[in-house]
Amino acid sequence: MAGGDVAAALNAVEVDYPARGRALGPFDFRLESGEIVALVGPSGCGKSTALRLLAGLEPPTAGAVQRAAGRGETAVVFQSPTLAPWLSAAANVALPLELAGAGRASARAQANAALRSVGLAGAERARPAQLSGGMAMRASLARALVTDPKVMLLDEPFAALDEITRRQLADDLLALWAERRPAIVFVTHNVEEAVYMAGRVVVMTPGPGRLAGEVRVEAPSPRPTGFRTTQGFRDAAEQASDLLRQAMGAA
Amino acid sequence: MSRPVAVAAPILFVALLLGGWEAACRLLAVPTYFLPAPSQIALAFASSGGLLVLAAWRTLSTALTAFAIVFVLAGLAALGAAASRTVERSFRPIAIVLQVTPIVALAPLFVVWAGIDHPDRAVVALAAVVAFFPIYSGALAGLQAVDPELERLFDLYGASGWQRLTRLRVPSAVPHALEGMKVGLGLALVGAVIGEMSAGGGGTEGLAWRILEASHRLQMAKSFAALVALTMLGGALYVGFQALERATLAWWRGHPDARR
Repeated sequence: MAGGDVAAALNAVEVDYPARGRALGPFDFRLESGEIVALVGPSGCGKSTALRLLAGLEPPTAGAVQRAAGRGETAVVFQSPTLAPWLSAAANVALPLELAGAGRASARAQANAALRSVGLAGAERARPAQLSGGMAMRASLARALVTDPKVMLLDEPFAALDEITRRQLADDLLALWAERRPAIVFVTHNVEEAVYMAGRVVVMTPGPGRLAGEVRVEAPSPRPTGFRTTQGFRDAAEQASDLLRQAMGAA
Repeated sequence: MSRPVAVAAPILFVALLLGGWEAACRLLAVPTYFLPAPSQIALAFASSGGLLVLAAWRTLSTALTAFAIVFVLAGLAALGAAASRTVERSFRPIAIVLQVTPIVALAPLFVVWAGIDHPDRAVVALAAVVAFFPIYSGALAGLQAVDPELERLFDLYGASGWQRLTRLRVPSAVPHALEGMKVGLGLALVGAVIGEMSAGGGGTEGLAWRILEASHRLQMAKSFAALVALTMLGGALYVGFQALERATLAWWRGHPDARR
C-alpha cells in the first residue's frame, strides 16, 4: 500500500473554536487510496474534528486539506446511526442517491442491493425504530456504501454497540472493504479495535491533538480467524497503547 | 388499584357530586333561576337538543376555520423564521405581544373592524389570534429540532436548500408541530367562545351566545345545558386531536412492535 495515490490529506492543519480554543493541530495526516487507517486518541483530542476536515464539512483555521474525492464520493458514518425516523430503511439508504438527483426507482433498487450486502435483506421497509442497534448501524453502513465512495470516514461507528455485535460488524466491514477497497478512516478510542480494523494506527495526543506516533499492522485483511490471539495483534496493540500512554503522560 | 376500581371510582365520585347537588337543590328549595338542579339541566339539554347541536356546530366551525387560517399563516411564518434569524427576530416581538395581550381586550376593536354585518368574522379573527402563538412556536421549534448529524449528512451530499427543507426540516418538525397544534386547537375554541360573548353574537349564535342569552333571561337550566354542550365539544375536540396526533406520530416513527 505504500506509495499509493493520496485519497485525502491534512497538511499542518489547525482548528480553533471560538469557545473552546484550539481543538486540533498542528496535525499532518495522509490517507492513501484503498488503505484503512485508524485514528486513536483520548476523548477531546480532535479525532472527530479531523474527520470533519477530511469530509469537507468544515474548513481548517490554518493549514490545508487535500481531497481527491469529488462530491458524493466521500461517505461518513457517525457514532449514532443517524437515520431519519420517518423514512424506511430503504428510503434512508436511498437518500444520498436521491439528493444527488437519481431517479426514485433506480435509487431504491441500489438501496435494496446495499441493504442486502450488509445483511439486512428483508428489512427494507422497516423503520429505524423497529431496528436493533446493530441493524440500524448496518443500515447506516449501507447508506455510506450506496454511493460506492472512494473515501469512507467512520466516527466511532461501533462505540454504542455490545461487544459481540461490534466484533461481527468489524468483520463484515472488512469483508465489504475487500470488495471495493475504498480508503477508510476509522476513528476510535479503543486500541484493540483500531489494530483489528486498520493497516495503520495513527495515535493522537490529548487535545489539541497532534501526532503521537504511528503503528503498522502487518497482517492480511480481512483478518484471519483468531487474529486477536496472535502475537502480531498483541504486539501492535501494545505499541499503540504505549504511544497513547506516553502522549497522555507528556500532556 | 385494580382496573374496575380505577374505572368506577371517578364515575362514582361524579355521581356523588351530582346527587349531592340535586339533593341540596331540592331540600333547600333553591330557585331554578339561581341554581338549577342537575335533573332540570338534563331536561333542558334534552328539550333543546337540536338547537344545541346547531349551536355547537357553529362554534366548532368558527374554531376550525380559525385553526385552518392560523395553520397556514403560522406555518408560513415559522418557515420564514426558521430560514432566517433576522426574520425570526423581527417576528418575535409581535408573536410575544399576541401571546401576552388578553384576547378580551382586543374584542371591541375586532368587532368594529369586522363591521356590524359580519360579527362572525370578528369571532374567527379573535379565535385565530389566540391560536397563533402556540402553533407558530411549535412549528418553529420543530423546524429547528433537526438532528445535527443528519444536517451534516445533507451537507456532505450537497443537498439544495429546497431538498433540505422538504426532506429534512419539515419532516423533522412533525412531533413538535403537532404538540403546538394541539394547544392551538384548544385555544381556538376558547377564542371562539370569548369572541361570541364579546361580539354580541348576532350572526354567530354559537354555544357561548346561547349561554349568554339564556342567562340574560334567567333561564339558568338552558344556560347550564349549553355549558354542558360546550364542555362536551371541548372534550371531543381534545380526544379527536389526540387520536389524530397518535396516528400521525405512529406513521412518522413507525410502530416499534409491528415489523412490516
